[in-house]
Amino acid sequence: MSAVLSLSGATKRFGGLVAVNQLEFEVAEHEVLGLIGPNGSGKSTTLNLISGALPLTAGTISLRGSRISGLPPQDIARRGVARTFQLVKLLPSMSVLENVMAGAVFGHRRRWGEEAEAQAMAMLEKVGLARRAHAPVGELTYIDTKRVELARTLAGEPKVLLLDEWLAGLNPTELEQGIALIAALRDEGRTIILVEHVMDAIRSLCDRCVVMSSGSKIAEGTTADVLQDKAVIEAYLGADEDA
Amino acid sequence: MKGMDTKSLGLAGLVLLVAAGLPLVSDAYLLSIGVTIAMYTCLATSWALFSGPTHYISLATAAFFGIGTYTTGIGIEHLPYWMLLPIAGVLGAVVAALVGVATLRLSGVYFVIFTLGLAELIRQIITWGQNVSGAKGIYVLTSITEEHIYWQLLGLAALVFLGGFLIWRSRLGFAVRILGDDEDVARHAGIHTARVKVLLFMIPGAVAAITGAMLAPRYVYVEPSIAFTPMLSFQVVIMALLGGTGRLWGPVVGVIPFTLLWEAISGTFPNQTTLLLGLSFLVIVYLLPRGFVGLIEGGRARMRAGGAMA
Ligand SMILES: Nc1ncnc2c1ncn2[C@@H]1O[C@H](COP(=O)(O)OP(=O)(O)OP(=O)(O)O)[C@@H](O)[C@H]1O
Ligand SMILES: [Mg+2]
Repeated sequence: MSAVLSLSGATKRFGGLVAVNQLEFEVAEHEVLGLIGPNGSGKSTTLNLISGALPLTAGTISLRGSRISGLPPQDIARRGVARTFQLVKLLPSMSVLENVMAGAVFGHRRRWGEEAEAQAMAMLEKVGLARRAHAPVGELTYIDTKRVELARTLAGEPKVLLLDEWLAGLNPTELEQGIALIAALRDEGRTIILVEHVMDAIRSLCDRCVVMSSGSKIAEGTTADVLQDKAVIEAYLGADEDA
Repeated sequence: MKGMDTKSLGLAGLVLLVAAGLPLVSDAYLLSIGVTIAMYTCLATSWALFSGPTHYISLATAAFFGIGTYTTGIGIEHLPYWMLLPIAGVLGAVVAALVGVATLRLSGVYFVIFTLGLAELIRQIITWGQNVSGAKGIYVLTSITEEHIYWQLLGLAALVFLGGFLIWRSRLGFAVRILGDDEDVARHAGIHTARVKVLLFMIPGAVAAITGAMLAPRYVYVEPSIAFTPMLSFQVVIMALLGGTGRLWGPVVGVIPFTLLWEAISGTFPNQTTLLLGLSFLVIVYLLPRGFVGLIEGGRARMRAGGAMA
């Protein structure tokens, strides 16, 4: 089992705040890795470092052994890292289909014309949104906007998928659909880093978890082990008491 | 910005063909207005190709235009006229690329100021060069008539439309629409946003320079204050916004009424033109944020909705 993505000594400082501190972990091929931790622990910042949205202060990140840290986001995307955003980002002037085509045309595996459209349609099919393909994105419900974003990241056939709280804000029925959708992606053998707060989702979807607290990794292991870890429970409880 | 379908492209061709007949039926005054309209059509349409989707307001039109005017002014002594037009285009595109590389990573505000400064900078350099050499202006003496200029400009306008049409169906066009909507999404989708912006900015650079090169014979005597007048940059912005940058045909819809109105106003109040220009800018931004295109399409949508209800 070789690592698809590996972080070594990854560090991000915002002025005096160390948002990500000497983070080390690897993601194996076909693995769904949960990246969890209380609010403000540095999960989104870690995804920003991997996707190139933010430059690292120190450390390196590699994709299949070749270094991607230091590259701009467009190059990292082309090499096969695709992401969703914690606050959904769609292209407001375009239709659902065009939103997804953005990923098919410019992503890791690039297509154009009818081929790109067919690929985008196939991704919409996969996330259950094919019938809204020609709707403007302004008309979508919240979960459907999330579906569009997921389809866009899938459309370029990335090697690694970064999902930042893709299940947050869904009602119980939608959550069930959402978990089933990601489970389907896992069963296809995709490599995914899942940032998530929803415990049911973490339990049912993640092979392993990395737990962060105040920027540092405090635990790593199989999901069941990690969720019983004392330090992890304390970190979550501590965060709850603060809240 | 949305592109056109093939049908509207055919319609545009037909309109241009009809417009080409103007010199056959009109007097000199009407023809001179025709030249002005054709000139601003080239400038405003190519301006909107870049500034419409990217929302970067370029005030560099006068800089490119002046580069073109001087290309003809200086080159006409040494080279055949027809060679000067592509040379002007290349020069304009190269300067646009340099400006783009230097500024398009910055936010929009810096870009606006830099492009405004660019025209002034080049003007000062030429003025300085003239002081050193002792020459004041340049005489551009050719046998090119107003009709010729008019037809050349129409030909250029046709190329701009065709180019805009083709770009809008290309990957470059799709990339620029995406980055106009959300630059973060564009970058994370794999689009080299800086490269796309620079490439696209070269189009108004080249077109404005060629337009300037075509108009030089009309001025006969070229000096920096004519070739690099900042008024030109502002007028192009106002016309394009008045028409609307959401469609390829939008800017023309602003160019025609604005030119006619301007003709009347500047005849009546020759000393208040700058003030009136500023006022018209404010009026457009407040009352017509999407230009005539927005009005027309809004009206159409309402009619459709009304029709559906009836
Ligand atoms: N661009 C930024 N500038 C300054 N500080 C930042 C920036 N981005 C994040 N931070 C800070 O870094 C810390 C980690 O934030 P981050 O968004 O990574 O947390 P998170 O684990 O994703 O939290 P949540 O679960 O609430 O999404 C926080 O204290 C946050 O305020
Ligand atoms: Mg977060």
